[in-house]
Amino acid sequence: MYEPQIRIHDLNAWYGKEHALKGISAEIPARQITAIFGPSGCGKTTLLRSLNRLLEEVDGTRVTGQVWLDGLAIYGRGVDVTEVRSRVGLLAPKPFPLPMSIYDNVAYGRRIHGMHGRLDKGNGRNLDRVVERYLRAAGLWEEVQDRLHAPASGLSTGQQQRLCLARALAVEPEVLLCDEPTSALDPISAQRIEDQLVALKEGMTIVIVTHSLQQARRLADHVLFLWMGVLVESGPGAEVFRAPRDERTRAYLAGDIG
Amino acid sequence: MKWRKAKLVEGTFKALMLGSVAVVMGSLVLILATVVWKGVAALDLAMLTQVPKGGYYLGKEGGILNAIVGSLYLAGGATVLALVFALPIALYLQFYAARSRRAELVRLALDVLWGVPSIVYGAFGFIIMLWLGMRASLLGGIIALAFLELPIMVRGMDEAIAMVPPALKEASYALGATRLQTAVRVAVRQTAPGLLTAVLLAFGRGIGDAASVLFTAGYTDRLPDSLLSPAASLPLAVFFQLGTPFPAVQERAYASALVLTAIVLALSLLSRRMAGRLAKHVIR
Repeated sequence: MYEPQIRIHDLNAWYGKEHALKGISAEIPARQITAIFGPSGCGKTTLLRSLNRLLEEVDGTRVTGQVWLDGLAIYGRGVDVTEVRSRVGLLAPKPFPLPMSIYDNVAYGRRIHGMHGRLDKGNGRNLDRVVERYLRAAGLWEEVQDRLHAPASGLSTGQQQRLCLARALAVEPEVLLCDEPTSALDPISAQRIEDQLVALKEGMTIVIVTHSLQQARRLADHVLFLWMGVLVESGPGAEVFRAPRDERTRAYLAGDIG
Repeated sequence: MKWRKAKLVEGTFKALMLGSVAVVMGSLVLILATVVWKGVAALDLAMLTQVPKGGYYLGKEGGILNAIVGSLYLAGGATVLALVFALPIALYLQFYAARSRRAELVRLALDVLWGVPSIVYGAFGFIIMLWLGMRASLLGGIIALAFLELPIMVRGMDEAIAMVPPALKEASYALGATRLQTAVRVAVRQTAPGLLTAVLLAFGRGIGDAASVLFTAGYTDRLPDSLLSPAASLPLAVFFQLGTPFPAVQERAYASALVLTAIVLALSLLSRRMAGRLAKHVIR
Protein backbone atom coordinates (compact mmCIF):
# COMPACT_ATOMS: atom_id res chain seq x y z
CA MET A 1 0.00 0.00 0.00
CA TYR A 2 0.95 3.62 -0.37
CA GLU A 3 0.27 6.88 1.40
CA PRO A 4 -1.58 9.31 -0.89
CA GLN A 5 -0.05 12.74 -1.47
CA ILE A 6 -2.96 14.01 -3.53
CA ARG A 7 -6.60 13.01 -3.30
CA ILE A 8 -8.94 14.05 -6.10
CA HIS A 9 -12.66 13.99 -5.38
CA ASP A 10 -15.39 14.28 -8.03
CA LEU A 11 -13.39 16.72 -10.14
CA ASN A 12 -15.16 18.24 -13.15
CA ALA A 13 -13.75 20.76 -15.60
CA TRP A 14 -15.35 22.69 -18.42
CA TYR A 15 -13.88 24.78 -21.25
CA GLY A 16 -16.88 26.93 -22.00
CA LYS A 17 -19.54 24.28 -22.73
CA GLU A 18 -17.13 21.44 -23.33
CA HIS A 19 -17.14 19.05 -20.38
CA ALA A 20 -13.47 18.04 -20.33
CA LEU A 21 -13.21 16.17 -17.04
CA LYS A 22 -16.13 14.12 -15.76
CA GLY A 23 -16.28 13.26 -12.09
CA ILE A 24 -12.66 12.23 -11.58
CA SER A 25 -11.85 10.70 -8.21
CA ALA A 26 -8.39 9.30 -7.66
CA GLU A 27 -5.41 9.13 -5.37
CA ILE A 28 -1.83 9.92 -6.23
CA PRO A 29 0.77 8.13 -4.09
CA ALA A 30 3.58 10.04 -2.41
CA ARG A 31 7.17 9.73 -3.62
CA GLN A 32 6.27 7.69 -6.67
CA ILE A 33 5.88 8.50 -10.33
CA THR A 34 2.26 8.51 -11.42
CA ALA A 35 1.63 8.52 -15.16
CA ILE A 36 -1.59 9.82 -16.63
CA PHE A 37 -2.08 8.26 -20.06
CA GLY A 38 -4.77 7.95 -22.66
CA PRO A 39 -5.56 9.04 -26.22
CA SER A 40 -5.28 12.67 -27.40
CA GLY A 41 -8.02 14.91 -26.07
CA CYS A 42 -8.93 12.57 -23.21
CA GLY A 43 -8.28 15.25 -20.59
CA LYS A 44 -4.79 14.25 -19.41
CA THR A 45 -3.36 17.75 -19.50
CA THR A 46 -6.57 19.24 -18.11
CA LEU A 47 -6.36 16.91 -15.11
CA LEU A 48 -2.70 17.74 -14.59
CA ARG A 49 -3.26 21.49 -14.80
CA SER A 50 -6.13 21.26 -12.33
CA LEU A 51 -3.68 19.98 -9.71
CA ASN A 52 -1.85 23.32 -9.45
CA ARG A 53 -4.90 25.43 -10.36
CA LEU A 54 -3.27 26.61 -13.57
CA LEU A 55 -6.46 25.74 -15.43
CA GLU A 56 -8.16 28.86 -14.18
CA GLU A 57 -5.65 31.12 -15.99
CA VAL A 58 -7.46 30.27 -19.24
CA ASP A 59 -10.63 32.28 -19.94
CA GLY A 60 -13.91 30.42 -19.73
CA THR A 61 -12.79 27.44 -17.67
CA ARG A 62 -14.77 26.18 -14.72
CA VAL A 63 -13.82 23.57 -12.14
CA THR A 64 -15.95 21.82 -9.55
CA GLY A 65 -15.00 19.18 -7.01
CA GLN A 66 -12.02 19.14 -4.72
CA VAL A 67 -8.36 18.26 -4.65
CA TRP A 68 -6.56 17.65 -1.37
CA LEU A 69 -2.87 18.26 -1.31
CA ASP A 70 -1.58 16.57 1.81
CA GLY A 71 -4.68 17.74 3.68
CA LEU A 72 -4.99 21.21 2.06
CA ALA A 73 -8.18 21.56 -0.01
CA ILE A 74 -6.70 23.54 -2.90
CA TYR A 75 -10.09 24.58 -4.29
CA GLY A 76 -11.20 25.61 -0.83
CA ARG A 77 -12.34 29.09 0.03
CA GLY A 78 -9.58 31.57 0.83
CA VAL A 79 -6.80 29.30 -0.36
CA ASP A 80 -3.83 31.27 -1.69
CA VAL A 81 -3.25 30.04 -5.23
CA THR A 82 0.39 31.15 -5.16
CA GLU A 83 0.96 28.90 -2.15
CA VAL A 84 -0.60 25.95 -3.99
CA ARG A 85 1.68 26.59 -6.94
CA SER A 86 4.76 26.91 -4.79
CA ARG A 87 3.98 23.45 -3.40
CA VAL A 88 3.14 21.93 -6.78
CA GLY A 89 5.71 22.61 -9.50
CA LEU A 90 5.21 22.25 -13.25
CA LEU A 91 7.39 21.16 -16.13
CA ALA A 92 5.70 22.20 -19.39
CA PRO A 93 5.88 20.37 -22.74
CA LYS A 94 7.88 23.11 -24.45
CA PRO A 95 10.59 24.75 -22.37
CA PHE A 96 9.95 28.43 -21.74
CA PRO A 97 12.85 29.96 -19.84
CA LEU A 98 12.09 33.35 -18.31
CA PRO A 99 13.61 36.35 -20.13
CA MET A 100 16.62 36.63 -17.82
CA SER A 101 19.94 34.94 -17.07
CA ILE A 102 20.37 31.25 -16.27
CA TYR A 103 21.09 32.15 -12.65
CA ASP A 104 18.06 34.44 -12.34
CA ASN A 105 15.81 31.76 -13.83
CA VAL A 106 16.70 29.37 -11.01
CA ALA A 107 16.57 32.11 -8.37
CA TYR A 108 13.24 33.52 -9.65
CA GLY A 109 10.92 31.33 -7.59
CA ARG A 110 12.95 31.73 -4.40
CA ARG A 111 13.03 35.48 -4.82
CA ILE A 112 9.29 35.88 -5.39
CA HIS A 113 8.52 33.66 -2.42
CA GLY A 114 11.03 35.46 -0.22
CA MET A 115 12.80 32.18 0.43
CA HIS A 116 16.13 33.86 1.14
CA GLY A 117 15.37 33.70 4.83
CA ARG A 118 14.76 30.00 5.03
CA LEU A 119 17.92 28.50 3.69
CA ASP A 120 20.01 31.31 2.33
CA LYS A 121 19.39 34.16 4.77
CA GLY A 122 19.36 36.80 2.04
CA ASN A 123 23.06 36.29 1.57
CA GLY A 124 24.08 36.34 -2.08
CA ARG A 125 26.63 33.59 -1.68
CA ASN A 126 24.05 31.29 -0.16
CA LEU A 127 21.71 31.94 -3.06
CA ASP A 128 24.67 31.00 -5.27
CA ARG A 129 24.83 27.66 -3.47
CA VAL A 130 21.10 27.09 -3.88
CA VAL A 131 21.28 27.84 -7.60
CA GLU A 132 24.18 25.41 -7.94
CA ARG A 133 22.36 22.71 -5.98
CA TYR A 134 19.29 22.78 -8.21
CA LEU A 135 21.22 23.10 -11.44
CA ARG A 136 23.04 19.94 -10.32
CA ALA A 137 19.75 18.26 -9.41
CA ALA A 138 18.54 18.96 -12.94
CA GLY A 139 21.80 17.70 -14.44
CA LEU A 140 22.69 21.03 -16.02
CA TRP A 141 25.43 22.37 -13.74
CA GLU A 142 28.43 20.99 -15.65
CA GLU A 143 27.30 22.66 -18.86
CA VAL A 144 26.46 26.12 -17.53
CA GLN A 145 28.69 26.69 -14.49
CA ASP A 146 30.95 29.12 -16.32
CA ARG A 147 28.14 31.14 -17.93
CA LEU A 148 25.55 31.45 -15.17
CA HIS A 149 24.87 35.08 -16.02
CA ALA A 150 24.40 34.53 -19.73
CA PRO A 151 20.84 34.79 -21.13
CA ALA A 152 18.85 31.58 -20.73
CA SER A 153 17.57 32.08 -24.27
CA GLY A 154 21.01 31.02 -25.55
CA LEU A 155 20.69 27.44 -24.26
CA SER A 156 19.69 24.52 -26.49
CA THR A 157 16.13 23.20 -26.19
CA GLY A 158 17.28 20.21 -24.15
CA GLN A 159 19.28 22.43 -21.80
CA GLN A 160 16.35 24.84 -21.52
CA GLN A 161 14.09 22.01 -20.40
CA ARG A 162 16.58 21.02 -17.70
CA LEU A 163 16.78 24.69 -16.69
CA CYS A 164 12.98 24.70 -16.36
CA LEU A 165 13.31 21.61 -14.16
CA ALA A 166 15.94 23.33 -11.98
CA ARG A 167 13.73 26.42 -11.79
CA ALA A 168 10.76 24.33 -10.61
CA LEU A 169 12.86 22.35 -8.10
CA ALA A 170 14.37 25.48 -6.57
CA VAL A 171 10.99 26.39 -5.05
CA GLU A 172 11.16 23.01 -3.22
CA PRO A 173 7.74 21.70 -4.24
CA GLU A 174 6.27 18.55 -2.74
CA VAL A 175 4.78 17.57 -6.06
CA LEU A 176 6.16 17.97 -9.58
CA LEU A 177 3.73 17.93 -12.49
CA CYS A 178 5.27 17.03 -15.85
CA ASP A 179 3.21 17.69 -18.98
CA GLU A 180 4.75 15.60 -21.77
CA PRO A 181 8.12 16.88 -20.60
CA THR A 182 10.13 15.22 -23.35
CA SER A 183 7.86 15.78 -26.34
CA ALA A 184 9.89 18.73 -27.69
CA LEU A 185 13.27 17.08 -27.04
CA ASP A 186 15.70 14.92 -28.98
CA PRO A 187 16.10 11.33 -27.71
CA ILE A 188 19.27 12.00 -25.72
CA SER A 189 17.84 15.07 -23.97
CA ALA A 190 14.63 13.12 -23.34
CA GLN A 191 16.62 10.32 -21.74
CA ARG A 192 18.37 12.81 -19.45
CA ILE A 193 15.06 14.25 -18.27
CA GLU A 194 13.68 10.76 -17.60
CA ASP A 195 16.81 9.90 -15.60
CA GLN A 196 16.46 13.07 -13.52
CA LEU A 197 12.79 12.30 -12.80
CA VAL A 198 13.61 8.79 -11.60
CA ALA A 199 16.34 10.20 -9.34
CA LEU A 200 13.96 12.82 -7.97
CA LYS A 201 11.14 10.51 -6.86
CA GLU A 202 13.10 9.69 -3.70
CA GLY A 203 12.13 13.08 -2.34
CA MET A 204 9.01 14.13 -4.17
CA THR A 205 5.78 13.06 -5.78
CA ILE A 206 5.84 13.16 -9.56
CA VAL A 207 2.84 13.18 -11.87
CA ILE A 208 3.60 12.85 -15.55
CA VAL A 209 1.31 13.16 -18.55
CA THR A 210 2.52 11.24 -21.54
CA HIS A 211 1.21 10.18 -24.90
CA SER A 212 3.93 7.55 -25.07
CA LEU A 213 3.00 4.17 -23.65
CA GLN A 214 6.66 3.18 -23.65
CA GLN A 215 7.49 6.16 -21.48
CA ALA A 216 4.62 5.34 -19.12
CA ARG A 217 5.84 1.73 -18.86
CA ARG A 218 9.43 2.85 -18.23
CA LEU A 219 8.68 5.42 -15.57
CA ALA A 220 5.37 4.81 -13.87
CA ASP A 221 4.92 3.22 -10.47
CA HIS A 222 1.26 4.13 -10.57
CA VAL A 223 -1.00 4.92 -13.54
CA LEU A 224 -4.28 6.66 -14.31
CA PHE A 225 -5.97 5.81 -17.62
CA LEU A 226 -8.30 8.53 -18.97
CA TRP A 227 -10.80 8.06 -21.74
CA MET A 228 -12.93 10.96 -23.01
CA GLY A 229 -12.74 12.85 -19.74
CA VAL A 230 -13.49 9.82 -17.58
CA LEU A 231 -11.07 7.98 -15.32
CA VAL A 232 -11.37 4.43 -16.58
CA GLU A 233 -8.76 2.65 -14.55
CA SER A 234 -6.03 3.33 -12.02
CA GLY A 235 -3.57 1.28 -10.04
CA PRO A 236 0.04 0.17 -9.84
CA GLY A 237 1.67 0.43 -13.29
CA ALA A 238 2.90 -3.15 -13.38
CA GLU A 239 -0.60 -4.46 -12.66
CA VAL A 240 -2.48 -2.25 -15.08
CA PHE A 241 -0.08 -2.88 -17.93
CA ARG A 242 -0.01 -6.65 -17.34
CA ALA A 243 -3.67 -7.25 -16.64
CA PRO A 244 -5.96 -4.28 -17.37
CA ARG A 245 -9.38 -4.72 -15.83
CA ASP A 246 -11.34 -2.48 -18.20
CA GLU A 247 -12.03 -3.38 -21.81
CA ARG A 248 -11.10 0.14 -23.00
CA THR A 249 -7.74 0.03 -21.24
CA ARG A 250 -7.07 -3.37 -22.79
CA ALA A 251 -7.98 -2.09 -26.26
CA TYR A 252 -5.83 1.02 -25.87
CA LEU A 253 -2.82 -0.92 -24.61
CA ALA A 254 -3.21 -3.36 -27.49
CA GLY A 255 -3.27 -0.46 -29.94
CA ASP A 256 -6.82 -1.18 -31.12
CA ILE A 257 -8.01 2.31 -30.15
CA GLY A 258 -5.94 5.43 -30.24
CA MET B 1 -4.00 31.15 -69.51
CA LYS B 2 -4.68 30.93 -65.81
CA TRP B 3 -0.98 30.94 -65.12
CA ARG B 4 -0.48 34.14 -67.13
CA LYS B 5 -3.24 35.92 -65.25
CA ALA B 6 -1.70 35.01 -61.91
CA LYS B 7 1.61 36.35 -63.11
CA LEU B 8 0.01 39.59 -64.27
CA VAL B 9 -1.73 40.09 -60.92
CA GLU B 10 1.48 39.30 -59.06
CA GLY B 11 3.41 41.80 -61.19
CA THR B 12 0.82 44.55 -60.79
CA PHE B 13 0.74 44.23 -57.03
CA LYS B 14 4.50 44.10 -56.80
CA ALA B 15 4.73 47.32 -58.81
CA LEU B 16 2.09 48.91 -56.58
CA MET B 17 3.95 47.94 -53.42
CA LEU B 18 7.30 49.09 -54.72
CA GLY B 19 5.70 52.33 -55.90
CA SER B 20 4.27 53.00 -52.44
CA VAL B 21 7.60 52.30 -50.78
CA ALA B 22 9.24 54.67 -53.27
CA VAL B 23 6.73 57.42 -52.40
CA VAL B 24 7.48 57.08 -48.68
CA MET B 25 11.23 56.95 -49.07
CA GLY B 26 11.10 59.72 -51.67
CA SER B 27 9.19 62.10 -49.43
CA LEU B 28 11.56 61.42 -46.53
CA VAL B 29 14.54 62.19 -48.75
CA LEU B 30 12.86 65.30 -50.17
CA ILE B 31 12.00 66.66 -46.72
CA LEU B 32 15.51 66.02 -45.41
CA ALA B 33 17.05 67.49 -48.56
CA THR B 34 14.93 70.64 -48.34
CA VAL B 35 15.74 71.18 -44.68
CA VAL B 36 19.45 70.58 -45.22
CA TRP B 37 19.67 72.57 -48.43
CA LYS B 38 17.86 75.61 -47.07
CA GLY B 39 19.10 75.46 -43.51
CA VAL B 40 22.65 74.27 -43.49
CA ALA B 41 24.05 77.68 -44.49
CA ALA B 42 22.55 79.29 -41.38
CA LEU B 43 23.69 76.48 -39.10
CA ASP B 44 26.79 77.46 -37.16
CA LEU B 45 28.14 77.02 -33.67
CA ALA B 46 26.49 80.22 -32.45
CA MET B 47 23.12 78.87 -33.56
CA LEU B 48 23.53 75.88 -31.26
CA THR B 49 25.25 77.54 -28.30
CA GLN B 50 23.65 80.97 -27.93
CA VAL B 51 20.24 82.26 -27.04
CA PRO B 52 18.72 84.98 -29.27
CA LYS B 53 20.40 88.34 -28.77
CA GLY B 54 18.76 91.71 -29.42
CA GLY B 55 17.70 91.92 -33.06
CA TYR B 56 18.03 88.15 -33.62
CA TYR B 57 14.68 88.04 -35.34
CA LEU B 58 15.84 90.80 -37.66
CA GLY B 59 18.81 88.70 -38.72
CA LYS B 60 21.35 89.76 -36.09
CA GLU B 61 23.39 87.69 -33.63
CA GLY B 62 22.29 84.86 -31.45
CA GLY B 63 21.08 81.27 -31.71
CA ILE B 64 18.30 78.88 -30.77
CA LEU B 65 19.79 77.32 -27.65
CA ASN B 66 16.67 78.44 -25.79
CA ALA B 67 14.49 76.36 -28.12
CA ILE B 68 16.83 73.34 -28.13
CA VAL B 69 17.01 73.22 -24.34
CA GLY B 70 13.32 74.05 -24.00
CA SER B 71 12.29 71.27 -26.39
CA LEU B 72 14.49 68.69 -24.68
CA TYR B 73 13.10 69.66 -21.28
CA LEU B 74 9.51 69.74 -22.52
CA ALA B 75 9.54 66.48 -24.46
CA GLY B 76 11.86 64.74 -21.98
CA GLY B 77 9.74 65.77 -19.00
CA ALA B 78 6.52 64.88 -20.79
CA THR B 79 7.87 61.47 -21.81
CA VAL B 80 8.92 60.65 -18.23
CA LEU B 81 5.57 61.86 -16.90
CA ALA B 82 3.61 59.90 -19.53
CA LEU B 83 5.71 56.80 -18.84
CA VAL B 84 4.79 56.89 -15.16
CA PHE B 85 1.16 56.47 -16.18
CA ALA B 86 1.48 54.55 -19.43
CA LEU B 87 3.24 51.44 -18.15
CA PRO B 88 0.76 50.76 -15.32
CA ILE B 89 -2.16 51.33 -17.71
CA ALA B 90 -0.71 48.95 -20.31
CA LEU B 91 0.05 46.29 -17.69
CA TYR B 92 -3.44 46.69 -16.26
CA LEU B 93 -4.99 46.26 -19.70
CA GLN B 94 -3.03 43.10 -20.41
CA PHE B 95 -2.79 41.43 -17.01
CA TYR B 96 -5.89 42.45 -15.11
CA ALA B 97 -8.53 43.54 -17.61
CA ALA B 98 -7.45 41.23 -20.47
CA ARG B 99 -10.25 41.03 -23.03
CA SER B 100 -12.95 42.45 -20.77
CA ARG B 101 -15.39 45.14 -21.82
CA ARG B 102 -13.70 47.56 -19.47
CA ALA B 103 -10.39 47.07 -21.27
CA GLU B 104 -12.04 47.64 -24.63
CA LEU B 105 -13.58 50.84 -23.29
CA VAL B 106 -10.18 52.07 -22.11
CA ARG B 107 -8.68 51.23 -25.51
CA LEU B 108 -11.48 53.07 -27.28
CA ALA B 109 -10.90 56.11 -25.07
CA LEU B 110 -7.18 56.03 -25.83
CA ASP B 111 -7.81 55.77 -29.56
CA VAL B 112 -10.13 58.77 -29.39
CA LEU B 113 -7.52 60.71 -27.41
CA TRP B 114 -4.91 59.74 -30.02
CA GLY B 115 -7.06 61.42 -32.65
CA VAL B 116 -7.64 64.63 -30.68
CA PRO B 117 -5.78 67.51 -32.42
CA SER B 118 -2.89 68.79 -30.36
CA ILE B 119 -4.25 72.36 -30.34
CA VAL B 120 -7.15 70.97 -28.29
CA TYR B 121 -4.71 69.59 -25.71
CA GLY B 122 -3.08 73.03 -25.68
CA ALA B 123 -6.39 74.85 -25.22
CA PHE B 124 -7.53 72.35 -22.59
CA GLY B 125 -4.24 72.69 -20.71
CA PHE B 126 -4.48 76.45 -20.94
CA ILE B 127 -7.95 76.50 -19.41
CA ILE B 128 -6.86 74.27 -16.54
CA MET B 129 -3.83 76.51 -15.98
CA LEU B 130 -5.99 79.64 -15.92
CA TRP B 131 -8.25 77.93 -13.45
CA LEU B 132 -5.28 77.06 -11.22
CA GLY B 133 -3.85 80.55 -11.63
CA MET B 134 -0.74 79.24 -13.40
CA ARG B 135 1.13 81.12 -16.11
CA ALA B 136 2.63 79.68 -19.26
CA SER B 137 5.50 77.56 -17.97
CA LEU B 138 7.73 74.56 -18.53
CA LEU B 139 5.53 72.57 -16.15
CA GLY B 140 2.36 73.52 -18.02
CA GLY B 141 3.93 72.50 -21.32
CA ILE B 142 5.18 69.23 -19.88
CA ILE B 143 1.72 68.33 -18.61
CA ALA B 144 -0.02 69.22 -21.88
CA LEU B 145 2.56 67.26 -23.89
CA ALA B 146 2.26 64.31 -21.52
CA PHE B 147 -1.46 64.14 -22.28
CA LEU B 148 -0.64 64.22 -25.98
CA GLU B 149 1.95 61.45 -25.63
CA LEU B 150 0.01 59.20 -23.27
CA PRO B 151 -2.33 57.47 -25.76
CA ILE B 152 0.51 56.81 -28.20
CA MET B 153 2.67 55.33 -25.49
CA VAL B 154 -0.06 53.21 -23.90
CA ARG B 155 -1.28 51.75 -27.18
CA GLY B 156 2.28 50.96 -28.27
CA MET B 157 2.98 49.23 -24.96
CA ASP B 158 -0.38 47.48 -25.03
CA GLU B 159 0.44 45.96 -28.43
CA ALA B 160 3.94 45.00 -27.28
CA ILE B 161 2.77 43.28 -24.09
CA ALA B 162 0.04 41.46 -26.00
CA MET B 163 2.84 39.60 -27.79
CA VAL B 164 4.05 37.86 -24.61
CA PRO B 165 3.53 34.12 -25.24
CA PRO B 166 0.80 32.73 -22.94
CA ALA B 167 3.11 29.82 -22.07
CA LEU B 168 5.67 32.27 -20.71
CA LYS B 169 3.11 33.85 -18.40
CA GLU B 170 2.05 30.37 -17.32
CA ALA B 171 5.65 29.43 -16.58
CA SER B 172 5.76 32.30 -14.13
CA TYR B 173 2.31 31.57 -12.64
CA ALA B 174 3.27 27.92 -12.24
CA LEU B 175 6.16 28.96 -10.02
CA GLY B 176 3.67 30.69 -7.74
CA ALA B 177 4.19 34.22 -9.05
CA THR B 178 1.34 36.70 -8.75
CA ARG B 179 0.03 38.66 -11.71
CA LEU B 180 1.96 41.73 -10.62
CA GLN B 181 5.22 39.80 -10.26
CA THR B 182 4.69 38.20 -13.65
CA ALA B 183 3.86 41.55 -15.25
CA VAL B 184 6.78 43.46 -13.77
CA ARG B 185 9.51 40.81 -13.69
CA VAL B 186 8.68 38.78 -16.79
CA ALA B 187 6.49 40.72 -19.23
CA VAL B 188 8.41 44.00 -18.92
CA ARG B 189 11.73 42.26 -19.58
CA GLN B 190 10.33 40.18 -22.39
CA THR B 191 8.87 43.22 -24.15
CA ALA B 192 11.54 45.79 -23.21
CA PRO B 193 12.49 46.51 -26.86
CA GLY B 194 8.84 47.09 -27.77
CA LEU B 195 8.26 49.26 -24.70
CA LEU B 196 11.28 51.35 -25.64
CA THR B 197 9.91 51.82 -29.15
CA ALA B 198 6.59 53.00 -27.71
CA VAL B 199 8.41 55.52 -25.50
CA LEU B 200 10.46 56.80 -28.42
CA LEU B 201 7.42 57.11 -30.66
CA ALA B 202 5.72 59.21 -28.00
CA PHE B 203 8.84 61.33 -27.49
CA GLY B 204 9.05 61.96 -31.23
CA ARG B 205 5.44 63.08 -31.34
CA GLY B 206 5.99 65.27 -28.28
CA ILE B 207 9.15 67.04 -29.38
CA GLY B 208 7.68 67.82 -32.78
CA ASP B 209 4.44 69.31 -31.54
CA ALA B 210 3.90 73.05 -31.68
CA ALA B 211 0.23 73.57 -30.95
CA SER B 212 0.00 72.02 -27.49
CA VAL B 213 2.93 74.05 -26.11
CA LEU B 214 1.90 77.33 -27.75
CA PHE B 215 -0.29 78.46 -24.85
CA THR B 216 0.95 76.15 -22.12
CA ALA B 217 4.73 76.62 -22.24
CA GLY B 218 4.72 79.97 -24.03
CA TYR B 219 7.90 81.16 -25.69
CA THR B 220 10.92 83.01 -24.37
CA ASP B 221 14.36 83.97 -25.52
CA ARG B 222 15.81 82.89 -22.19
CA LEU B 223 16.69 79.46 -20.91
CA PRO B 224 14.10 78.11 -18.49
CA ASP B 225 15.48 78.35 -14.96
CA SER B 226 12.64 76.62 -13.16
CA LEU B 227 9.58 74.50 -13.85
CA LEU B 228 7.46 77.61 -13.44
CA SER B 229 9.24 79.80 -15.97
CA PRO B 230 8.17 79.78 -19.62
CA ALA B 231 10.10 77.66 -22.10
CA ALA B 232 10.83 77.95 -25.81
CA SER B 233 10.57 75.00 -28.19
CA LEU B 234 11.97 74.10 -31.59
CA PRO B 235 8.65 73.74 -33.48
CA LEU B 236 7.62 77.22 -32.33
CA ALA B 237 11.10 78.54 -33.18
CA VAL B 238 10.58 77.25 -36.72
CA PHE B 239 7.12 78.80 -36.81
CA PHE B 240 8.17 82.25 -35.58
CA GLN B 241 11.29 82.51 -37.73
CA LEU B 242 9.54 81.30 -40.83
CA GLY B 243 6.90 83.97 -40.23
CA THR B 244 9.35 86.87 -40.46
CA PRO B 245 9.83 88.70 -43.76
CA PHE B 246 13.64 88.37 -43.63
CA PRO B 247 15.26 85.64 -45.77
CA ALA B 248 18.19 85.35 -43.31
CA VAL B 249 15.78 84.56 -40.46
CA GLN B 250 13.77 82.18 -42.62
CA GLU B 251 16.98 80.34 -43.31
CA ARG B 252 17.39 79.98 -39.56
CA ALA B 253 13.92 78.44 -39.43
CA TYR B 254 15.15 75.67 -41.72
CA ALA B 255 18.28 75.30 -39.62
CA SER B 256 16.06 74.91 -36.53
CA ALA B 257 14.04 72.26 -38.33
CA LEU B 258 17.30 70.52 -39.17
CA VAL B 259 18.30 70.51 -35.51
CA LEU B 260 14.90 69.09 -34.54
CA THR B 261 15.18 66.36 -37.17
CA ALA B 262 18.73 65.54 -36.07
CA ILE B 263 17.61 65.14 -32.44
CA VAL B 264 14.84 62.73 -33.42
CA LEU B 265 17.18 60.82 -35.74
CA ALA B 266 19.90 60.56 -33.07
CA LEU B 267 17.38 59.26 -30.54
CA SER B 268 16.06 56.69 -33.00
CA LEU B 269 19.55 55.37 -33.64
CA LEU B 270 20.36 55.32 -29.94
CA SER B 271 17.15 53.49 -29.07
CA ARG B 272 17.80 50.93 -31.81
CA ARG B 273 21.12 50.11 -30.23
CA MET B 274 19.53 49.97 -26.79
CA ALA B 275 16.71 47.75 -28.08
CA GLY B 276 19.34 45.37 -29.45
CA ARG B 277 20.90 45.11 -26.01
CA LEU B 278 17.57 44.69 -24.26
CA ALA B 279 16.63 41.95 -26.72
CA LYS B 280 19.32 39.55 -25.56
CA HIS B 281 17.07 38.05 -22.87
CA VAL B 282 13.93 37.94 -25.00
CA ILE B 283 12.47 34.45 -25.33
CA ARG B 284 11.30 33.50 -28.81
